[in-house]
Amino acid sequence: MESLTTLFEQYGSQIPVAFWMNIKLTVLAAIGSFVLGVVLALFRISPVASLRAVGTAYVHLVRNTPLTIIMLIGVLAVWGQLKITFADDFTLNFFIFAVISLSLYHAAFMCEAIRSGVNTVPQGQAEAARAIGLGFLPAARLVILPQALRGAITPIGNTLIALTKNTTVAAAASVAEASVLMKTMIEFRPDVMVAIFMTFAVGFCLIVIPIGLLTTWASDRLAVAR
Amino acid sequence: MARKKFLSLTAVAAAAALSLSACSPSATESSEESSSADGSKKGGSGESLTIGIKFDQPGLGFREGSNDPTGFDVEVARFVAKEMGVDEADITWVQTPSANRENALENGEVDMIFATYSITDERKERVAFAGPYFVAGQDLLVRADEEEITGPDSLDGKNLCSVTGSTSAQKIKDEYSQGVNLVEQGGYAECVTYLESGQVDAVTTDDIILAGLAGTEANKGKFKVVGDPFSVERYGVGLNKDNDTCQQINDAIQKMKDEGAWEEALKSNTEGTGYEADDELNSGADAEFESCD
Repeated sequence: MESLTTLFEQYGSQIPVAFWMNIKLTVLAAIGSFVLGVVLALFRISPVASLRAVGTAYVHLVRNTPLTIIMLIGVLAVWGQLKITFADDFTLNFFIFAVISLSLYHAAFMCEAIRSGVNTVPQGQAEAARAIGLGFLPAARLVILPQALRGAITPIGNTLIALTKNTTVAAAASVAEASVLMKTMIEFRPDVMVAIFMTFAVGFCLIVIPIGLLTTWASDRLAVAR
Repeated sequence: MARKKFLSLTAVAAAAALSLSACSPSATESSEESSSADGSKKGGSGESLTIGIKFDQPGLGFREGSNDPTGFDVEVARFVAKEMGVDEADITWVQTPSANRENALENGEVDMIFATYSITDERKERVAFAGPYFVAGQDLLVRADEEEITGPDSLDGKNLCSVTGSTSAQKIKDEYSQGVNLVEQGGYAECVTYLESGQVDAVTTDDIILAGLAGTEANKGKFKVVGDPFSVERYGVGLNKDNDTCQQINDAIQKMKDEGAWEEALKSNTEGTGYEADDELNSGADAEFESCD
């Protein structure tokens, strides 16, 4: 028990800071990947064959590349060799790299989640939209997407949960988040390894479980009943 | 139908077996060898040993595929094993990454660990240490033509690289140069590529690890160790708490130092880097052996 007290004296104040970093990464990457995901989904359902091809190629390429690789391409190649920086402040620079990598990666999953929502909208809706004179984009904006997004809440929630946990990969881009702190703590306090592990497991549960509950609740309320 | 199901099951099993073996080439090998090591798993004067080392630290513990491992840690381990009456062919080398060292010792996966394992009180709660067989200190690695960086307090405005989960870089920021920019990477190899491309100005960790990195074939002549160690890291031999080999190991290390084999091993593994082990650290009070009680 005494060793636990000293553990939390040593690291207790750093744990919330580290988790806050994961939350910031999650929120920003969720916004980024959602926007990009909607664009990709529009590509994939558009009447233009070349756009469809671009959307499909992106999804298949990115979805099948490990996130760590994308993160490392960002840091090792873009920053390390091409010397492209986004901010003079080092910490901010790597944070931006991590958000971009997470957004690019999860956009592929967002796109597929939204596309599954599009499939819940009956064909007749699109035909009716066209019949009253709407083009592709207005039809998508006013008729298809509002219904599709409501139907896609659950798969989007799944993607968000995966995204939350994947923020730990940002360690590869030198972002000081929870998994980095856990590694440090285990390195220096192996005498209480199990307690350290449980702390971080519980921490992630506290973040992830509400996301699951929230999306289930939102999906029940908002999905279009057919 | 039943036949088809059986076929698909076999296919799945085969795929699983393939992927498993692909992930851990060393694991399959050690399991073959360990059949002979089983008899003496507890350590002691048996004729075989399982030794935990790092596989990814050139100059200290390094192994490619199933080649013989190389490095200073490995050479000390070989010497100690020989003194304990174990033939080199009867040593099974196992990779023990930092986070896994205590577990590997506690559940008997390895008999002893030579893996840049600093002796600390927290670690002593779970494992025992013999040695130290080397006393390292935190230092800086810089490009060979670097003039400005002379020590930890000349890093303001510079970019510094270290690995995730070590506090060495943070320590420089807290105690020496507040204006330093930190980048943390998964391994020192990444840090070295940044140092070469110019994105970072220095890499920090224990001096002997840096010397090992600078001494690899690909890096020869490009980098130098600053040579102003500013911490004390006593590398011990990790042992299970119930060991009966601690004193034997200490005697072996002492003999290795007395015979000059220790210095030879150190020299050959840091050749061409301008690195010299800090005499003060390695002959002073820090180098005194842990008691084996």
